[in-house]
Amino acid sequence: MPKAKVNGVEVEFEPGMTVLQVAELAGEEIPRFCYHERLSIAGNCRMCLVEVKPGPPKPQASCALPAAENQEIFTNSPMVKKAREGVMEFLLINHPLDCPICDQGGECDLQDQAMGYGRDETRFDENKRAVEEKFMGPLIKTVMTRCIQCTRCVRFVTEVAGVPEIGMTGRGEDAEITTYLEGAVNSELSGNVIDLCPVGALTSKPYAFNARPWELKKTETIDVMDALGSAIRIDARGAEVMRVLPRINEEVNEEWISDKTRYACDGLMRQRLDRPYVRTGGKLQPASWAQAFDAVVEKLKSAKADRVGVIAGDLQDAESMKAALDLFGSLGVTSLDCRQDGAALDPKAGRTSYLFNSSIAGIDEADHIVLIGVNPRHAAPVLNVRIRRAVMQGTCKVSVIGEQADLTYGYDYLGAGPETLTRFASKPPKGAAKPMLIVGAETVARADGAAVLALVAKAAKAMGAVKDGWNGFNILHTAASRVGGLDMGFVPGEGGLTAAQMVQKGALDVLVLMGADEIDLSVSDAFVIYMGTHGDAGAHRADVILPAAAYSEKAGLYVNTEGRVQMASRAVFPKGDAKEDWAILRALSERLGKTLPYDSMNQLRAKLFADHPTFGQIDYVATGAALDLAAVGTAGDLSDAAFAGPAHDFYLTNPIARASVTMAECSATAKAARVKPVAAE
Amino acid sequence: MSVRRLAKDQPASFTFSAATLKQVKWWLTKYPAARKQSAVLPILWLVQKQEGWVCEPAIRQIAEMLDMPVIRVLEVATFYTMIQLEPVGKVALIQVCGTTPCMLRGANDLMKVCKDKIGAKDKLSADGAFTWQEVECLGACSNAPMAQINDYFYEDLTPETLAQIIDDFKAGKAPKAGSYAGRHSSEPTGAITSLTDPALYDGSKAAKLTLPNLPEAEPA
Repeated sequence: MPKAKVNGVEVEFEPGMTVLQVAELAGEEIPRFCYHERLSIAGNCRMCLVEVKPGPPKPQASCALPAAENQEIFTNSPMVKKAREGVMEFLLINHPLDCPICDQGGECDLQDQAMGYGRDETRFDENKRAVEEKFMGPLIKTVMTRCIQCTRCVRFVTEVAGVPEIGMTGRGEDAEITTYLEGAVNSELSGNVIDLCPVGALTSKPYAFNARPWELKKTETIDVMDALGSAIRIDARGAEVMRVLPRINEEVNEEWISDKTRYACDGLMRQRLDRPYVRTGGKLQPASWAQAFDAVVEKLKSAKADRVGVIAGDLQDAESMKAALDLFGSLGVTSLDCRQDGAALDPKAGRTSYLFNSSIAGIDEADHIVLIGVNPRHAAPVLNVRIRRAVMQGTCKVSVIGEQADLTYGYDYLGAGPETLTRFASKPPKGAAKPMLIVGAETVARADGAAVLALVAKAAKAMGAVKDGWNGFNILHTAASRVGGLDMGFVPGEGGLTAAQMVQKGALDVLVLMGADEIDLSVSDAFVIYMGTHGDAGAHRADVILPAAAYSEKAGLYVNTEGRVQMASRAVFPKGDAKEDWAILRALSERLGKTLPYDSMNQLRAKLFADHPTFGQIDYVATGAALDLAAVGTAGDLSDAAFAGPAHDFYLTNPIARASVTMAECSATAKAARVKPVAAE
Repeated sequence: MSVRRLAKDQPASFTFSAATLKQVKWWLTKYPAARKQSAVLPILWLVQKQEGWVCEPAIRQIAEMLDMPVIRVLEVATFYTMIQLEPVGKVALIQVCGTTPCMLRGANDLMKVCKDKIGAKDKLSADGAFTWQEVECLGACSNAPMAQINDYFYEDLTPETLAQIIDDFKAGKAPKAGSYAGRHSSEPTGAITSLTDPALYDGSKAAKLTLPNLPEAEPA
């Protein structure tokens, strides 16, 4: 490997690295505004100037200069300091001195770097320039006078999000960042430009003037809005979650999160169930925990075990499902289901039959991706970024069976429904070394889901997608709890009913919903016990409401779509009288005389790990496990209906998002954009 | 220069005329199909030739034609001051050079004439026939002061000659382009005072060049 000297210290570097990267290898910090590791190099802010020998006797932009053998790089020479101070002075000429009222204050790159390279007074007597604000949708607040034209936002939406809608118009002093005719940015990832903006030009609109970064308690945890389990940081002040930011996890979300992950957090403060309720005289009345438990215990004790059912919702943590499994198992209940959508996924066929087996990072290696009845842009926007990158690099091609949607990259459209899939399975394209088949959870949840799954397995076999060292059979889940539920066998036991059967008229006497709001309860005549967080569909129908903790309010394990177990932490306490889900079940078990054998979260986890060892493997993705494709799904009749995209709205998939005002605005904006592709003046 | 924005009043639609479309096709053949975005500037110019200015529906059409995001076309259109984003005078667009050499030679007087005869700078005249703008150096400093009117340079202007030119345009005439001080191009205004020896121009003073290794080189 070639060597270079950074401030006299020799470092080895990989050929092709830039001077900036080499300097970082040597531990030198280079200030920068426009340079970002995950975006193309622009080289327009000039803050990263260094001195390089041999080379011209002037400072060089290190982000755009390839490092060379035996180069001498100086990052702290007088020339470098003077050059950076000059750049900083020019940047500050037109930057307003409004840090005290700027939301970026305290976490602003310009502010921080001005501490190192700024002059203490201005030499500029002319008028500063002012730029009109731009509208960029309900999520991005703009204060364009603060913009330093680094173009990170332009490059992000163009290169990563694949929605080239932001650009720089005009030039020189009149250059402005804007969307075309000030339309909203039509992307599920638009919030990331706020993190990318090194100054306060693009800030979060819902979070505007809400808090200062230093007064927030920061908790590193895991997102539950989709099944990726993106790494996030929850910033809370007191009892309120103020904002959600991404953390870096190269194997899952890199450093992006979707707008739903970022902005649905205001839903955590709205429509919350903060005390137990019992339905008396046809109306839900506030009650104490004792009264609520009395009502529940009376019903559960009088009902026969085969007349009781439990449905776990999409946002449940593994511990609460485990506690429910143990409690209702001990009561002899076999009607348990974690698949409220009716997905035809069965843990009996092995763990690999319902996982995203290639792993999310595996997309980078794939050379042919077949999307079957899934729109990854909506099911998992961050995963779609990876697919897009693979397509753009030319290493991977994409074929689609299902909805012909705008996925932000080009693909081969094969057809709309099962008929196409049948044709595809009987004669799949050969030649791909690492093919991937991705099936959407909503497609597996169709009435003919098992038959579709069997057909996909057949196609996977014919394509050679499952072989030594590569498993290209993938289910893309949308619910954060689903894989965890399947891993612990939260499915109907012998004689048990599925979720769809449980809600039929006369099927059950008592129905327990654990945050399950996406199932149709209109014909069910059972006594409904709803344990959840929001006054959503389930709570409206409930006879007893047991208020529980949302994902930000409890520690918990979540298993993402690729089978990665991740640990979430508590950022704030549950609202009002609400309790953590497992604690509610533990208390209930005592009242039922079937006390669960754990008194703390740690004991519960120990039992979980002992009964289901996969949960003990935190942050680990098992690869290489065998998959018997013949056992996946069951061959059967297929309906002719096309694989439709998800009927639900991307912004409104779960109770938290549905309670969020921001998400409602996004949903309305997106709907308007769909009706009228080009915004009128 | 000031902030360049699209005009407030935009036509509902834009159509390429047959003649423009023919030229657009010719330009498109100059670039490989995958790089047809390269034709964005010539096409913007052709649209401006057709309409006098570039309207928003045209920008959208160009984006569609070239398979590029519409914001990219807007970026180009707003970057180049040569592209007019507002309607301009149907008869004449007068661009008076205001950069130092022209200014020293009386560009301000020319602008006053424009102001008196046409109206405010950058605004369409009341009859819609004229627009005048102040522009940066047009590269004809030796013939200062000057103005570009539509496609041609009008040089060595005085307030009187410019007023005459505007009047001629108003009368529907086509005033001749070039110098209004009787010059052919940018030669000295008076008589030639240096380099007067005719021998300079008949080739007799040129040294004989011997280039090595030329096939037809004479032997030394």
